[in-house]
Amino acid sequence: MMGSDNEGFEEAHLYASKEEMENLVIDNPLNDSNSYSNYRSALSSAISDTSHPLAPSILVTPADSDPILSPPPYRDHLYHNSPTESSYFEPPPFGDNVGDVNGVENHSLNLDNFGRFSRSASWSTSSSTDSEYVKITVSNPLKEQEASNSIVPGGGTYVTYLITTRTNVPEFGGVEFSVRRRFRDVVTLSDRLAESYRGLFIPPRPDKSVVESQVMHKQEFVELRRVALEKYLRRLAAHPVIKRSDELKVFLQVQGKLPLATTTDVASRMLDGAVKLPKQLLGESSVVVAPHEVVQPAKGGRDLLRLFKELKQSVANDWGGSRPLVVEEDKEFIERKEKINDLEQQLSNVSKQAESLVKAQQDMGDTMAELGLAFIKLTKFENEEAVFNSQKARAHDMKGFATAAVKASRFYRELNAQTVEHLDTIHEYLGLMLVVHSAFSDRSSALLTVQTLLSELSSLESRAEKLEATSSKVFGPGKSRNRKIEDLKETIRATEDAKNIAIREYQRIKENNRSELERLDKEREADLLNMLKGFVHNQVGYMEKIANVWTKVVEETSYYAKENS
Amino acid sequence: MIATRSVSGSSQSPRSPSSQPYLSVSVTDPVKLGNGVQAYISYRVITKTNLPEYQGPEKIVIRRYSDFVWLRDRLFEKYKGIFIPPLPEKSAVEKFRFSAEFIEMRRQALDIFVNRIASHHELQQSEDLRTFLQADEETMERLRSQETGIFKKKPADLMQIFKDVQSKVSDVVLGKEKPVEESNPEYEKLKHYIFELENHLAEAQKHAYRLVKRHRELGQSLSDFGKAVKLLGACEGNSLGKAFSELGTKSETLSVKLQKEAHQLLMNFEEPLKDYVRAVQSIKATIAERANAFRRQCELAETTKLKEINLNKLTLMRSDKVGEAEIEYQELKAESEEATRMFEMIVRLMNEEIVRFQEQKTLDMGIAFHEFAKGQARLANGIANAWRSLIPKLEACSSSS
Repeated sequence: MMGSDNEGFEEAHLYASKEEMENLVIDNPLNDSNSYSNYRSALSSAISDTSHPLAPSILVTPADSDPILSPPPYRDHLYHNSPTESSYFEPPPFGDNVGDVNGVENHSLNLDNFGRFSRSASWSTSSSTDSEYVKITVSNPLKEQEASNSIVPGGGTYVTYLITTRTNVPEFGGVEFSVRRRFRDVVTLSDRLAESYRGLFIPPRPDKSVVESQVMHKQEFVELRRVALEKYLRRLAAHPVIKRSDELKVFLQVQGKLPLATTTDVASRMLDGAVKLPKQLLGESSVVVAPHEVVQPAKGGRDLLRLFKELKQSVANDWGGSRPLVVEEDKEFIERKEKINDLEQQLSNVSKQAESLVKAQQDMGDTMAELGLAFIKLTKFENEEAVFNSQKARAHDMKGFATAAVKASRFYRELNAQTVEHLDTIHEYLGLMLVVHSAFSDRSSALLTVQTLLSELSSLESRAEKLEATSSKVFGPGKSRNRKIEDLKETIRATEDAKNIAIREYQRIKENNRSELERLDKEREADLLNMLKGFVHNQVGYMEKIANVWTKVVEETSYYAKENS
Repeated sequence: MIATRSVSGSSQSPRSPSSQPYLSVSVTDPVKLGNGVQAYISYRVITKTNLPEYQGPEKIVIRRYSDFVWLRDRLFEKYKGIFIPPLPEKSAVEKFRFSAEFIEMRRQALDIFVNRIASHHELQQSEDLRTFLQADEETMERLRSQETGIFKKKPADLMQIFKDVQSKVSDVVLGKEKPVEESNPEYEKLKHYIFELENHLAEAQKHAYRLVKRHRELGQSLSDFGKAVKLLGACEGNSLGKAFSELGTKSETLSVKLQKEAHQLLMNFEEPLKDYVRAVQSIKATIAERANAFRRQCELAETTKLKEINLNKLTLMRSDKVGEAEIEYQELKAESEEATRMFEMIVRLMNEEIVRFQEQKTLDMGIAFHEFAKGQARLANGIANAWRSLIPKLEACSSSS
């Protein structure tokens, strides 16, 4: 009866009052068989606990093996009892199951004893339709010294992480390699990807959150960040397009300094723009948006004039009487967008209720444990003070009850830890919604650029017309007039080029949006279904276990039921 | 509502020639009477008996909580040494006082209270019990209003109380700081046990109550979760949407199960635990009574002794106060012997009672554990079955996608 309670649980922690429970020694009342046998002789021999009912089971598994439960750090408040010394295990959802490597079903449902479901969220694991894989590990944080004085004061040291990649993808030109990167490099990577892959749903990078580093111990913060970085990089490697990007390859492979252009700091960009603007206004420098710049949204600082123009255009779009020359005509897109918003709302709602549910399950487990503990104390007390046989019998009954309560409480807490994991899918998709919005806004800004260029083109062309029309009549033929027309025509051609590029970019982003939405729908359906299955199997498994625990007590106390009726 | 009395008081046609004597009582039908602050609950108390001391085979009376209190107080006065069954507390918060749950809990507790008295071989013979079970409401009201706290005591009793206080004071003055106590190691052990037991039980009861709350909270959150999931399902549409809908519906069903179980837990586990605590408190009251009786016995013995010495002195002196002194001495001696008898009776009774108490409690707790376990097993199985029924539907979803 008792010895079996460790079966199949890789992690059965006792989450609270472990010390308290361990310190309570329960005498086996059955040693005193003489006086006891008057009462319930039939039961006395049957129930022999060989092991301490509260023996804590095996704790801690190393990070790489079948991982358990420490929830993602930002969910800590639900799970305040996780033992600190075990640090952070990788939660299974992030495709850490190496078993997935060789063509295992993408949406596999690995059920072990009690439906503990190790899910592989589709959008964060490699697609298994090809048997290629890219496995990334982040480890070994080290403090390093800043080589030269940086502009930012208070610098000096920073942390680097060892990023190890194992892959069989040929484009990488290697099977296993490592680099050292600092967080700043990750920001760079993220920015470059955002520029190159507008319209895609790019996984969001970890926050910069300097504040937290002040609040936590450095060690804790570094560990949190390590986990977050790993998660991020794995997601990038799981994205069908990003995984093949040059930026990612460079990041993972090139030794030494990261050869990606860093974002210039805001100050110098502002400076740049401020210098250029007067010239632009006076017509002294080219007001044409260079083609290569067209493929990027107008950035603050550098492109002040362009910003103004696009702002004017967007106002015209919203308030002006005339329709802009190109509109978001894709009705289907508008519908999808509405649906995404609706979905986001519902996900948020479910997420909130899921948190309540998890808290309630946790509380149930905690209170059950406290009840069990109280009865264990009572058992001990009655045994010590026993004068009558009736007391000994009662102590025995209490012990059976208390042990069951403690077991049941453990199951509740285990169930809950896994519920947290499963329902985490909801939170993941909520996070994804932000990314989707960002991809949609890529589209909007590209459209705005097109609209701006179109109306500019149209106004340039009408100027040209006017100029042609006011021919020799006004000021007589002159080189200056012709030259003006020529210049204008030149500007029109350049703007035309820019417009075409902008339209192409817009189409590209539209297509990205579309294909990503399709991918999102498919993967979301699979992931959410898996989540439901996992949740349900989990509940079934643990509830069966809990029922068994109590059924045993029912049998053991059935004597009283007969007495009563 | 007065049942017809049998014409011939003593004999009644027996149902079977050798019918066992029985006395069965039930407290039923709580009804709210009165208005506003004066409002209270009345209960129907139905007595079925074949005992000759009673007016008939069946009697129904209307009683309220303070009537039960009257009965308890009377029994406590008359049957020192016996553990009087405990009463449920006077109500707590105003708002809660008339909630269906509270009323039911109280009714159950009152029913148990009366039945325990009726099945106790000494208490069941009490005249006060008969009065309680049979008197009409006016009589009951009159009796009830007579018995209020210290004012119920007869003048002689009041004197005794003052004397007690006096002697305590003089004890202190004379340097006898410690009140007179028995030096009985077994009894010491018992007292220690009772006091400790109350603490342990109170803690267990506290957690039991919390557990009831947890069931309700879990039920509520399952309901909310179910609703949210259904909305998400509506948003998703297609087979996934259906899956969500079903899950949401199941979740709401389980919420109902949890609320039911919470109620069961309250009535069949938490209440018995509370009752256990009250019983222990009742024993503490008896312990206090015993201490009083012991002290009284000691004091009277001592006073008698002094009186005896005085009497002898007077006799030797051939004083004319001898006669008076003799009378006083005899009275005191009688009182002292009475006090000793009383004390010894209490000791004897308590010894019997404690055995009975322990046995009863083992039985009560055994039943409580049984019910608890039954409820939990039922709940867990119900939850497992509900979720399990979803599995084929979920499997169907994934094979179709």
